[in-house]
Amino acid sequence: MKSLGSIRRSFAPWADPASKPFISVKNVTKRFGDFTAVDDLSLDIYTREFFALLGASGCGKSTLLRMLAGFEQPTSGEIILDGQSLAGIPPYRRPVNMMFQSYALFPHMTVENNIAFGLKQDGMPKADIAARVAQMLKLVKLEKFSQRKPHQLSGGQRQRVALARSLAKRPKVLLLDEPLGALDKKLREETQFELMDLQQELGLTFVVVTHDQEEAMTMADRIAVMSHGKVIQVATPAEIYEAPNSRFVADFIGDVNIFEGAVSGAEGGYVRLEGANGFPIRMASPERPAAGARSAVAVRPEKIRVSRQPPANAPVNAVQGEIWDIGYLGDMTVFHVRLKDGRVIKASSLNAVRAVEDPLGYDQEVWVSFGEDAGVVLKD
Amino acid sequence: MGTWSRFNIASIVLGFGFLYLPIVLLVIFSFNESKLVTVWAGFSTKWYAQLLHNQALLDAAWVTIRVALISATCATVLGTLAALALVRYTRFRGRMLFSGMVYAPLVMPEVITGLSLLLLFVAIGLDRGFWTITLAHITFTMCFVAVVVQSRLLSFDRSIEEAALDLGATPVRTFFAITLPVIAPAVFSGWVLAFTLSLDDLVISSFTTGPGATTLPMKIYSQVRLGVTPEINAICTILIGVVAIGVVVASIVTKQREAQRERDERAAFAQS
Repeated sequence: MKSLGSIRRSFAPWADPASKPFISVKNVTKRFGDFTAVDDLSLDIYTREFFALLGASGCGKSTLLRMLAGFEQPTSGEIILDGQSLAGIPPYRRPVNMMFQSYALFPHMTVENNIAFGLKQDGMPKADIAARVAQMLKLVKLEKFSQRKPHQLSGGQRQRVALARSLAKRPKVLLLDEPLGALDKKLREETQFELMDLQQELGLTFVVVTHDQEEAMTMADRIAVMSHGKVIQVATPAEIYEAPNSRFVADFIGDVNIFEGAVSGAEGGYVRLEGANGFPIRMASPERPAAGARSAVAVRPEKIRVSRQPPANAPVNAVQGEIWDIGYLGDMTVFHVRLKDGRVIKASSLNAVRAVEDPLGYDQEVWVSFGEDAGVVLKD
Repeated sequence: MGTWSRFNIASIVLGFGFLYLPIVLLVIFSFNESKLVTVWAGFSTKWYAQLLHNQALLDAAWVTIRVALISATCATVLGTLAALALVRYTRFRGRMLFSGMVYAPLVMPEVITGLSLLLLFVAIGLDRGFWTITLAHITFTMCFVAVVVQSRLLSFDRSIEEAALDLGATPVRTFFAITLPVIAPAVFSGWVLAFTLSLDDLVISSFTTGPGATTLPMKIYSQVRLGVTPEINAICTILIGVVAIGVVVASIVTKQREAQRERDERAAFAQS
């Protein structure tokens, strides 16, 4: 497994201009009557990539997946898979398979026949089908359940049957529609890692649709954040989280504090903001916005410190307030600090020791502060 | 719970008496020794034996069964197709009109259906007889099948069809390998409904019949006009018996299946 880890770490075909995308979505638009579900969307997905389409419900992610599977045809634009246009090719002739959100197991067939169904359609010899089915059952650890019907299985088992069935034909691409949506939290977390290992082991390209950002962050090599039929940002989970390209992405992924202001200067890789928050901000930024422009800085709660004493660089990147709410989550504690102007800043700190001698309490006067490279200057 | 007040007992006796007294009388008198229907003269099964020698009645029964088998089967195919079209293609032009037209025969007076079919058969010069009755029965039972199958299709999870397509099955194969097996119970109940409706139809059969094609209800009706014989009671008792056995068997099978399913689901949860 060690070698796989190193492959994974260095896996970044999207950064290499010489590598060719495996799936190319080119200017695809899909309209249902007056409603535009997918709006002039372009996207490249590479071989062996674990790609996540992330967005709220109705953002068009499922429609895009259904166009890849062939259940919907684009109104305009083109999808290219492995150098071949998919236009007009029906779902039953595409080298992709899909795992459905509802699992869509055939209720009148045993687990074994569910998995064998796709292989039978290809006219595979019986002995080969039996061997492949046995292999798939082993892969998802359901050997003992081959003769069961779907209603005789638990939710987690059904999910694994659906996975085995969609993998049985060795598709070039596996599409997964909210694959873990119906599982409870604990099982979902386990299954996330199982899916990742499986994808590595089989060397397949996975495209997964999800509305759960944690799920996308955990599993995917890259995430496309979607909204209203458009892709807002495509990047690795770390880039999406630490360098969101817009306020929408910053807000959508994880918790964030947004500080607005006007640019008062930019020097040496730093941008200075004065404005509505009552304290000046100095933030590292590759961009050099013009002085006077409206801008905003996004800082994640875990990068904000809460202290009784004023920090060294106060009042830059520091402001006073009182503790309004405390949420103890076990591994960390979340503070809501209310400023004088009524705004609330979210800060979280890791509970690194079991008992703090003099913990921060409600209504205490505190300073909240953050470093000069803790946040991102947003463009819009 | 459990208050057997006089009022409750009276209601039950009245209700069931109203429903079943005529049938019970019919069954009892079918075992009457006497030829006079309303005078009890001792127990006997001789009318059942005599039934076997009444060639006209047996012929009528055979015609009825053949009509019912053929018409129920055709009506099931047509009704299932109509239901599929109505549920699946929700956006085609004239869908409202089409669905209205499929269901109109449900509420159409039988006399009108019968008469209009008769006019049609006369107009196109079709010789009336066995096949015209069969065609007429297909016409009026088809909509019942469509209703039964449609209600099943409305709760049908279409993603299993998409899964089949996705796994490489053509639309035709998907229909026969996935859709049909899953909706089979509804299709079968539609068939049974069509079969029983055809079995006891009198009005439409009378309109569309011709020489040599007499169904059992028509035969019974014409004989009763000459006076009820114990033979008629006997054949009606047989009919009641057949229908009752069918209903009881069907409900027992359904019950057992449900119980089995519940057990399975509980077992699946217990070990997960």
